[in-house]
Amino acid sequence: MAINESYAQISNILVYGSMGAYTFAMFSFATSFAQGRDTEINPSNGRKAGNIAMSLTWLGTFILGAGVLFRGLSASRVPWGNMYEFSISGTFGVMLVLMLISLKRDIRWLGLFIILPALLSLGLAITVLYTESAQLIPALKSYWLLIHVSAAVVSAGVFSIGGVVTILQMMVSRVENRVAAGLTPGRFEAVARRVPNAEVLDVFAYKVHAFVFPLWTFTVVAGAIWARSAWGRYWGWDPKETWAFITWVGYAAYLHARITVGWKGNRAAWIALAAFATFIFNYFIVNFFFQGLHVYSGK
Amino acid sequence: MTDQSKNPQNESLADSELSELAPGAELQQHSVDAAPIALGAVGWVRWMWRQLITMRTALQLLFLLAVASIPGSVFPQRTQSPLKVRQYFDENPTTAPILDRIGMFDVYGSSWFSAIYILLMISLVGCIIPRARVHWKSSRSLPPVAPRNLLRLRHSSTIQVSKTPSEVSQEFFPVLQKYLATKRWRTVVSELDANDPTSGYVSAERGYLRETGNLIFHLAIVVILISVAAGSLFGYRGQILVREGTSITNVLSQYDAFTPGRLFNTESLVPFNITLTDLAVTYEDTGIKAGTALDYAATISYRETPDSPLEKRTIGVNDPLNIGNSSMFLVGHGYAPRFEVRDAKGNLVFDDAVIFLPQDSNMTSTGVVKVADTDPQLGLQIIFAPTAVVTEQQGPHSLFPDLIDPKAFMSAWIGDLGLDTGRPQNVYTLDKTNLKRIGFEEIAVGETWDLPKNAGSVKLVGVDQFATFNIASDPAQNWALVGAILAIVGVIAGLYIQRRRMWVRVVTRDGQTWIEIAAMSRYEDVDVSSVVESITQFCASHFGVERFAEVTNEEKSH
Repeated sequence: MAINESYAQISNILVYGSMGAYTFAMFSFATSFAQGRDTEINPSNGRKAGNIAMSLTWLGTFILGAGVLFRGLSASRVPWGNMYEFSISGTFGVMLVLMLISLKRDIRWLGLFIILPALLSLGLAITVLYTESAQLIPALKSYWLLIHVSAAVVSAGVFSIGGVVTILQMMVSRVENRVAAGLTPGRFEAVARRVPNAEVLDVFAYKVHAFVFPLWTFTVVAGAIWARSAWGRYWGWDPKETWAFITWVGYAAYLHARITVGWKGNRAAWIALAAFATFIFNYFIVNFFFQGLHVYSGK
Repeated sequence: MTDQSKNPQNESLADSELSELAPGAELQQHSVDAAPIALGAVGWVRWMWRQLITMRTALQLLFLLAVASIPGSVFPQRTQSPLKVRQYFDENPTTAPILDRIGMFDVYGSSWFSAIYILLMISLVGCIIPRARVHWKSSRSLPPVAPRNLLRLRHSSTIQVSKTPSEVSQEFFPVLQKYLATKRWRTVVSELDANDPTSGYVSAERGYLRETGNLIFHLAIVVILISVAAGSLFGYRGQILVREGTSITNVLSQYDAFTPGRLFNTESLVPFNITLTDLAVTYEDTGIKAGTALDYAATISYRETPDSPLEKRTIGVNDPLNIGNSSMFLVGHGYAPRFEVRDAKGNLVFDDAVIFLPQDSNMTSTGVVKVADTDPQLGLQIIFAPTAVVTEQQGPHSLFPDLIDPKAFMSAWIGDLGLDTGRPQNVYTLDKTNLKRIGFEEIAVGETWDLPKNAGSVKLVGVDQFATFNIASDPAQNWALVGAILAIVGVIAGLYIQRRRMWVRVVTRDGQTWIEIAAMSRYEDVDVSSVVESITQFCASHFGVERFAEVTNEEKSH
């Protein structure tokens, strides 16, 4: 089937457009951050800039969603055939999850810390990972692509938000510990004054991770079922499979540390970050440097 | 029911809390106490057993399994790419043998990997059984006794009503109990005893399925571990190349490669028969990905057993043929050029299509033709290119995988092919020990090359295709699927279902009747304030009370 080049062009323009909206959103978040003192004492500080930032983020997310849609339309398939497409879809996944959470709770404090990695990810996508729109390699032609990869993309989004919240929690708890010990707040004071306290962040991070773990389990299982029909075995220790398993074990260890052993705060946070690191490793390092069956980096 | 310390239910509350907190915590306690000082053999075994079946050990083993699987993604593995292992040996002649000795090229089949795997399985079972026993008991026990002062709990509220405490206890509590039952709370009512002002309350609990889910999840992991192990012990994997228009039967001798599991029995091969009637491959012909295969599909007719009826279907990528426990997957394709060879007198001595192995993504392929019925014997070493070019750097090769300008580049050898030595021969190479090269030529389809030295002639008649099928059997794969589904269901129940406790008590304060409502959960992230809110609403509307005080004791629990 032919590639619709004009749709591919429209998609590229929309992705650039979303980056523009996100960049302005980032400046607004940064302004809000600079104006914000202690949110508890005077919540109206930086409120206006924060609202503008949220609106811009919504706008950027809609534009990015349209970009992903046109990328798929250009080849008449789901836009998950190579790393460029995973990256724009994954970033859209992160931002959509963030926007959905924002409908239920006030997470302006989180905006700046999510939009920075989102912009970085889009930047990497359009520079390093960019691939012309093309047909899928035969092994990817399966409805399991839709099931397995959509679950993976949403998981990526939630893992990223969990990772960012965990890092914030570690910064804040460092400040809180220093203050409790009678020391100066230290270098993360600016962050600590603008986000919720460490305990709230800790619980938030746990909820995010507990939500995503069953979804990631499903992602791995769906991948195994697909592998069975594509390659003749459901589990073959392909590097991608191995690292997906390692990520699964990492988050399982985090949940056990939290629930079974009763760890909280930094000790559990380190495990969550290690698990997130294996996820990122699987995405970037394994795709490019390890030889396996999951060869779709488009390079 | 006044003195809580004498109440056996209170003890069981503490017990079940402990078991939720750390399953096997009890056992851990024992093992710490029983430090192995001068224990004797039995004592040691018992101590090690107790260590093994703690949750902590299970977790450590799972972690170890994850770490142990890393080298398998770094070093090439024999089971996946034996060629790359050989290449690694060539490039690292000193380190490779050392790495090989510790199993780095077959990580997932190595003894140390199996050891971790088996220990993990045993450890998990050892964790699940006592935990299931505790859960069985606690899931049949009644909701726990109310704490003495409900308003000291983090989430609580209180309302004043214009009834006497005994009226509330006798009239309202049954109503409340019915209401809670519809909301799937398990309840127990403690009737107000005239001697004890705190004894009139309803106690309720829900979310027992959380622990059930946890247990199912961990059991499912064991099912998956066993299934994976059983599959690799009793299953097999193999590869068969089938030319268009020919048929194969699923017997060992037909396989080009065959890897049986350790306990695999050759006789369990299902003798199905398959004829490849057509192989269709389409390629991307424009753009940067020109030349990549877009799709391939094999049309076959087959019999499941020699006596079953002939059936027809297509095997595609992601669309295998399943017969019994065995499945047949289309994983690749290639060309089988058809040659006619005549001897010096013009007699036809060879007329067949020969499978050529693809060497690159544009299907430059290599193969040999061996003609044993001539004197001297004739061997042809051939490069076949579907879209042929010759360049100085690469020699003859193909520019595109489809048949646009197919050519065969042949060198002819005469002498003794070495077929009579009795040694098994590779059908893809020539043994040139007793052969002499007599010439080189390129021919297109329909062309004939008259061999030098009056050795006869070769004609490229046409080009057939062949399909590469992987045939695999995993007798335990359905169990693995069952395990995976159970694991997902279990983990959703174990993480999303929230276990909550709730109490409603009637008390007298300052001569007035008050109802106190409180709820708690062991998990700090579970939101119980909504429970308190909705039950308070229910009580208030029952008594027609419009105003009530919600007590949220943030500071108390810090």
